[in-house]
Amino acid sequence: MRRWIPLLLVIALGAFLYLGLFLNPKEVPSPLVGKPAPEFTLPVVGRPGETFSPAELHGQVWLLNIWAPWCAICLKEHRVFRELIGPEVPVYGLTWKDLDREAAPLLARDGNPYVKAVDDVEGRVAIRYGVTVTPETFVIDRAGVIRMKHVGPITPQVWEQKFRPLLRELRA
Amino acid sequence: MIPELGQFATILALVVALVQGTLPLLGAQRGEQRLMALGRPLAQAQFTLLLVAFAALAWSFLAHDFSVKNVAQNSFSQLPAVYRFTATWGSHEGSLLLWTLILAGWSAAVAVFSRQLPPEMVARVLGVLGLVSVGFLVLLVFTSNPFERLFPIPLDGRDLNPLLQDAGMISHPPLLYMGYVGFSVAFAFAIAALLSGRLDAAWARWSRPWTTIAWTFLTLGIGLGSWWAYRELGWGGWWFWDPTENASLMPWLAGTALIHALAATEKRGVFSNWSVLLAIATFSLSLLGTFLVRSGVLSSVHAFAVDPLRGLTILAFLGIVVGGSMVLYALRAPRMVTGGSFGVFSRESLLLGNNVFLVAALGAVLLGTLYPLFVDALGLGKISVGPQYFNAVFVPLVAPALFLVGIGPLARWKQADLPDLMSRLKWAFGVALVSAALLPLTMDGINLQVTLGLFLALWILFTVLQGFALRTQHYQGSRVRRLFGLPRAFWGMQFAHLGLAVMVVGVTMVSNYETERDVRMPIGSHVELAGYRFVFQGVEEVPGPNYLAGRGTMEITPPRGRPFTLYPEKRHYNASGMIMTQAAVDYGLFRDVYISLGDPLEDGAWTARVYHKPFVGWLWLGAVMLAIGGGLAATDRRYRVVIRRRKATPAAATVPAATVPEVAT
Amino acid sequence: MRSWIPLLLVFAFLVPATLPASQPALPNADDPVLEARLNTLAADLRCVVCQNETLAESRASLALDLREEIREMMRAGLSDTAVVESLVDRYGDFVLYRPPLKPLTYALWGGPAAFLFIGFALAAAALYRRRAIPGTEDISPDTLAQASRLLQHPDSIPSGSVTEPTSPSPPQDTR
Repeated sequence: MRRWIPLLLVIALGAFLYLGLFLNPKEVPSPLVGKPAPEFTLPVVGRPGETFSPAELHGQVWLLNIWAPWCAICLKEHRVFRELIGPEVPVYGLTWKDLDREAAPLLARDGNPYVKAVDDVEGRVAIRYGVTVTPETFVIDRAGVIRMKHVGPITPQVWEQKFRPLLRELRA
Repeated sequence: MIPELGQFATILALVVALVQGTLPLLGAQRGEQRLMALGRPLAQAQFTLLLVAFAALAWSFLAHDFSVKNVAQNSFSQLPAVYRFTATWGSHEGSLLLWTLILAGWSAAVAVFSRQLPPEMVARVLGVLGLVSVGFLVLLVFTSNPFERLFPIPLDGRDLNPLLQDAGMISHPPLLYMGYVGFSVAFAFAIAALLSGRLDAAWARWSRPWTTIAWTFLTLGIGLGSWWAYRELGWGGWWFWDPTENASLMPWLAGTALIHALAATEKRGVFSNWSVLLAIATFSLSLLGTFLVRSGVLSSVHAFAVDPLRGLTILAFLGIVVGGSMVLYALRAPRMVTGGSFGVFSRESLLLGNNVFLVAALGAVLLGTLYPLFVDALGLGKISVGPQYFNAVFVPLVAPALFLVGIGPLARWKQADLPDLMSRLKWAFGVALVSAALLPLTMDGINLQVTLGLFLALWILFTVLQGFALRTQHYQGSRVRRLFGLPRAFWGMQFAHLGLAVMVVGVTMVSNYETERDVRMPIGSHVELAGYRFVFQGVEEVPGPNYLAGRGTMEITPPRGRPFTLYPEKRHYNASGMIMTQAAVDYGLFRDVYISLGDPLEDGAWTARVYHKPFVGWLWLGAVMLAIGGGLAATDRRYRVVIRRRKATPAAATVPAATVPEVAT
Repeated sequence: MRSWIPLLLVFAFLVPATLPASQPALPNADDPVLEARLNTLAADLRCVVCQNETLAESRASLALDLREEIREMMRAGLSDTAVVESLVDRYGDFVLYRPPLKPLTYALWGGPAAFLFIGFALAAAALYRRRAIPGTEDISPDTLAQASRLLQHPDSIPSGSVTEPTSPSPPQDTR
């Protein structure tokens, strides 16, 4: 029996390697899910003098989307926000590290998909949200608690499968 | 046309490998000489075909044939010729072709240098190697075709990853693969032994030189990789416990254990089951490394592009090879204890101890490398296992093994005399311990890490010298003459063990006494470090073949000796737009001076990091000594005599017993 | 006036060569003590975007931001543990290169010791078996090998032709 032990070890290892093929080591779950959304107050892009902070949205379900003007996928995602998501739920933008100050003219030109986009030029608030790559989207509930984090662009399919059911539940 | 020729040769090689993997094995099973004899010519034919395929790919790179996808993705019109050639193995597909070519090369070498082996053994070994080759050729032909064409043909390529544009890239991958793949020979011998049911001293003797040579290549490959990272990654680190590095360290540890276990199996017929298991494990770990690097299962700084289907194919292949051999092992490994008896304190038991520590260290590296995967696969979250973990668990496992290095070679086979050995070694032990405790005081006070490292290094040094003294005291003639009369295997062992001591000194000194300054340097300003004075003379633009470099000039006045100048660079690569830090290093036997340029500030000032790295070169010096030791041991007279004898009398198929000298290794 | 210029130039080149260069370079960090603390801490943290680099080594832009964030927390008087905790709160255990000891990592930290223990147990068993073989003292390995060969394949190999007798110990090792 003893000489079968190496085979058993190999099979166990192989099973893990097989499972590993279907996992993405770069996708890191956020520990922020289930915790209150970090508070901040930042100026609103394109509206000098105006600021925004998440506390204003208490009692509402809303999305916070971290984006950057230099991120091409984010700009593609904007169309989905404008056409599909915006009408269903308020989307707020966190503009990450817009060092070249391109965000305001860009939003004015292409149409602003956000209710409000705030300007996080130093990227410090984004870090408090645990940003790794843009775009990232958080779903925040009526109590101001983060319920989901999605890394990468939201496609209509992702919206249908991941977001809609959750939003229905949160609003019920 | 040329790429198609390459592809055709690859497909033909697959056919040849299929035949090589079946008929000779069948012949050995049925005792049919004609089928068995097919192995040798087929192995050589396969090697020739793959050589043609490889040459075709290299030609496509050298001739800028951007209609080949592989070339378009990994080359560039401005890329210098030498890197165009090395780009042949810069991609997943190309490196797989190199791997397969080297495998065929080893098979051909076995075919040529195995005249003294019984034909059944040769047939089985070549058959197993053919089967392994089939696996790789299937990958090459069906999932990773390096000759795939591209349409429309791009005007220019995307350039080779700038990290790979370094002298290290020329020799690191081929050497590493020579090592990885070389273990396939040890594997094939083990499988052949299991198939024939002959797990004896003769088997160990045959596979031992092959194992040692593969281990030598792997040692050089890992050493070069480490040196490459040191020069190329810009902050002078030399080992990062990255999954890819661990993937090469694991077969090295297993191979080191195997070399020692085989010594006992060859000399005393003991541990034969264990040696077989280790031979299988060593090659399996080489394959596991390939899988880990190519499947994207673990994130690594130098992983190839990810493709789940490719990962699945490699895993299936890995499963067949490893699973199949384990089943064979379970069914065919002898059920009785082989070899003679030995005492609790003997060369055998010490080699066993060495194996326990090495395999435990191997287990620790495997566990740490795969633990994030285990946790993730079980849905328990994501964690990271980094250098701190590996350093914490690896050192305590390797330090005792290094201590045994001092005792093992002096202990007798079968039954060693412990009190005698203790009285012999008490001076070595005492002097090493006292010097190691005192030496840190000359630097900056008590440092237990340094004491441990220096103690082990000195202990190995003294015991190695004692080994030479013992081996020369009983013979006639002058001592020097006797010294050079000692067998190469003995010299090899001593050299390799000394290499370990040298390496330990390097690791200990550089990790404890390295100093660095991170400074903003206006033009003409200076910084002092470890008695060296660095004066910054500004950065000028210097165009390279396929990049634009900002080249800094740093004038350095050492505490003693002549001033010198170093030119660290910041390069911007034209095709990829990547910015690379090219560190400048002044190499020395006792220290390296290492400068890496940071970012530009105002008025021509730059940030820069200057490092003083004491004894860092000893790391690679030690690796070279290990390799020299391996080379000496593998070419010992008892292996060469056998070959020469066979050439003289090619009729018999046995090992001539009387001519083989007795060697203690 | 103009004729002085070459002479001045000569002096300009002579001065650095004869006197020590003008000013010492300033540390890159404004507060070297804090920077040292940061570097020690950052060596144990993973740069989350670059995947396999520590926060101390990485030059990725997010890594630079994270280092600045840590500096600020340190300036605000947070202890090292508090800094690490706040990073774990945002990025999870993934940022820790030294995995914390908790039930999830017991096997990781205990594994190596367990391997060593199992290894020694097996080795001890092997030693015990060796000593318990009665009368094997003088049977040479090849005899045993032949025996085992014959047990499994009585007809496969012509006996006595393959191995050479191996003397049990090298004669020159001891006095």
